[in-house]
Amino acid sequence: MANIPQKVVHQYLRHDKKFPHVWCAGCSNGIVLGSFIRAIASMDVNRDDMIMVSGIGCSSRMPVYIDLNTMHTLHGRAIAYATGVKLHKPHMKVVVITGDGDCTAIGGNHLIHAARRNIDITVILVNNNIYGMTGGQCSPTTPHDAIATTSPYGNIEPDFDICKLAIGAGASFVARTTAFHVFEMQNYFQKAMEHPGFALIEVISACPVIYGRLNKKGGAPQMMKEFRDNSIPLTAVPKLPPEQVEGKIQRGILQEIVRPEYCAAYADLVKRVQESGGEQ
Amino acid sequence: MAKVVKEPKAKKKSEKQKADSKKKVIAPEITPEVPKEEEKVAAKPESKIKELQAKRDRKTVIMQGNEAVSYGALDAGVNFFAGYPITPSTEIAEILAAELPKRGGVFVQMEDEIASICAITGASLAGAKSLTATSGPGFSLMQEGIGFAKITETPCVVVNVQRLGPSTGMPTSPAQGDIMQTRWGSHGDSPAIVLYPASVKESYELTIRAVNLSEKYRTCVVLLMDEVIGHMRESVTLPDLANVKVINRIKPTVPPHWYKHYDENQKYLSPLASFGEGYRFHVSGLTHDSHGFPTNKSTEAAEMMDRLRKKIVYNIRDLVQIESHEMDDAKIAIFAAGITARAAKAAIAMARYEGIKVGLLRPLTIWPFPDDAVRKMLRDKDIVIVPELNQGQLIREIRRLTKDKSESEVVAIQRANGQLISPQDILRKIKEVC
Repeated sequence: MANIPQKVVHQYLRHDKKFPHVWCAGCSNGIVLGSFIRAIASMDVNRDDMIMVSGIGCSSRMPVYIDLNTMHTLHGRAIAYATGVKLHKPHMKVVVITGDGDCTAIGGNHLIHAARRNIDITVILVNNNIYGMTGGQCSPTTPHDAIATTSPYGNIEPDFDICKLAIGAGASFVARTTAFHVFEMQNYFQKAMEHPGFALIEVISACPVIYGRLNKKGGAPQMMKEFRDNSIPLTAVPKLPPEQVEGKIQRGILQEIVRPEYCAAYADLVKRVQESGGEQ
Repeated sequence: MAKVVKEPKAKKKSEKQKADSKKKVIAPEITPEVPKEEEKVAAKPESKIKELQAKRDRKTVIMQGNEAVSYGALDAGVNFFAGYPITPSTEIAEILAAELPKRGGVFVQMEDEIASICAITGASLAGAKSLTATSGPGFSLMQEGIGFAKITETPCVVVNVQRLGPSTGMPTSPAQGDIMQTRWGSHGDSPAIVLYPASVKESYELTIRAVNLSEKYRTCVVLLMDEVIGHMRESVTLPDLANVKVINRIKPTVPPHWYKHYDENQKYLSPLASFGEGYRFHVSGLTHDSHGFPTNKSTEAAEMMDRLRKKIVYNIRDLVQIESHEMDDAKIAIFAAGITARAAKAAIAMARYEGIKVGLLRPLTIWPFPDDAVRKMLRDKDIVIVPELNQGQLIREIRRLTKDKSESEVVAIQRANGQLISPQDILRKIKEVC
């Protein structure tokens, strides 16, 4: 890790604007925001050329607090707005911050198509397994049998494996980590932003106030401990017997390949068309 | 004669037209003044494209309404198109897919219409002039995104080539059923600017005007087309590129820490920075303060809502355009838009041949509604006929504006079966009521 002074986050927050923030005590969103800020601080990018786009949900409130170009858009549509920004200004670093419901339920279509195009957008998906902002309804990542306000007798639907979904759709960088592993998270954020192509990082996060309470997970510290004890690095998976792997959160980089990026391909097309004078 | 709202620069042109016909068409975007060099955004200077552009015969061409929209968009400086294929608007996407790369612009086919409106809004905030084209079903999907463009005051243009609805309806048949949807489609109060051409030439002109108005008023402008105008071929005289008046958004001149994304001191037409220019502003679909940050204060919410309303209603004279045809001595007036107005014109010629004095009032801007002109028409004429290709949308607005006209004096001709209203249909109704 780069050696960054302790108060680096303060250089990137909009103190004088809309603080205090909206998040509940014990929420992981602040941890994710902290890791994100430390990642961009260590990257030394010009923040005028950086934009953060979000949809609707708890994690999607993040852009208000960070001093970048920021956009808080419609539920599920952050990636579509980001696509417009990126295509018009390809030199900008475009980061989408989104949640499990925002990105895989209402916005699932935009996720898979952005991954298919391999457009250079970094998606940070904060997965708290529930719709927090609306009060705890079940989402596509709510585990089977878990309790939510719209599945009071237990969720009968199977949940999404977001990383597998992204890889299947063609994302060229996919990683998973938890809110407990802050430095790993920061490292993945940086790698994802430096990666030329569509990148997705799933951050398993804690919603102690709603998900934790409904499912008797204890408070925020207990949920953090669970992330620590109940997750294994991907590199350790082949070495362990299957019974020790089952049910564990597998952290690590699941996909890192280089394939043609959409904005670059479009720039090539423009060059080709202009050189040939528009002959098809 | 009904009141004609003009833009001052258009006077020369409309006087010229007065000489060869009795009608008064207002086409304000095509002015004799030569704009500055940098306003012609369309072509990159060193590429072959400019050559091609110059070679293209801009004097008279035969083209479709959809083609006219595409070339109007390009001439207005549109450099970003995101869309999804839908009949009867696909030609616009197809032409721009071929033309935009030549000019260094972006064409992208998105995964659905929702993504399309989102992408053009995002691109516009990054500095592009953006446009999308669709038809009824896609337009319904876009409503939330249109609301977002309006609340965030982001310039963009949506072309809606109407087809018969509801639902999939009749994709290749004309209808005028989206008139109310363009005004009230998005949830919440969101004042609208909607233009409605009646010919291929006007499709070209109003596309340019739509792009210009979106840039000037920082809002989503809708160009409402009839399926038959989108697909009809007519000979069109296109102006030289130098004579096309292009309006670009006002850029902020203040240092970043003074910048307000919604500056209340600027007569509701405030400067607009783009992402990546050092201003680092926040854009939100939540009700916001003048900096763009979300607010729950009722005073700030009221200010924002008022601002959205006032920037339209305080500029009615700039926004509203109408055509008044043979209205001076008419006893009966017809109020119609788009293709129906053309049938009305033919009916008027036939009626006048038989000695019945009929005139036409045609809105080129349907929203904001030309209240003053319609009130005058209702005052001066004995009977008003409102033909439209739906089950009664324009007529509601006409009835809203009169207290003393009875049902039998505001007469409807309505059809929603995929067929047009013919001149004979209107003539028959004229004879019935006179």
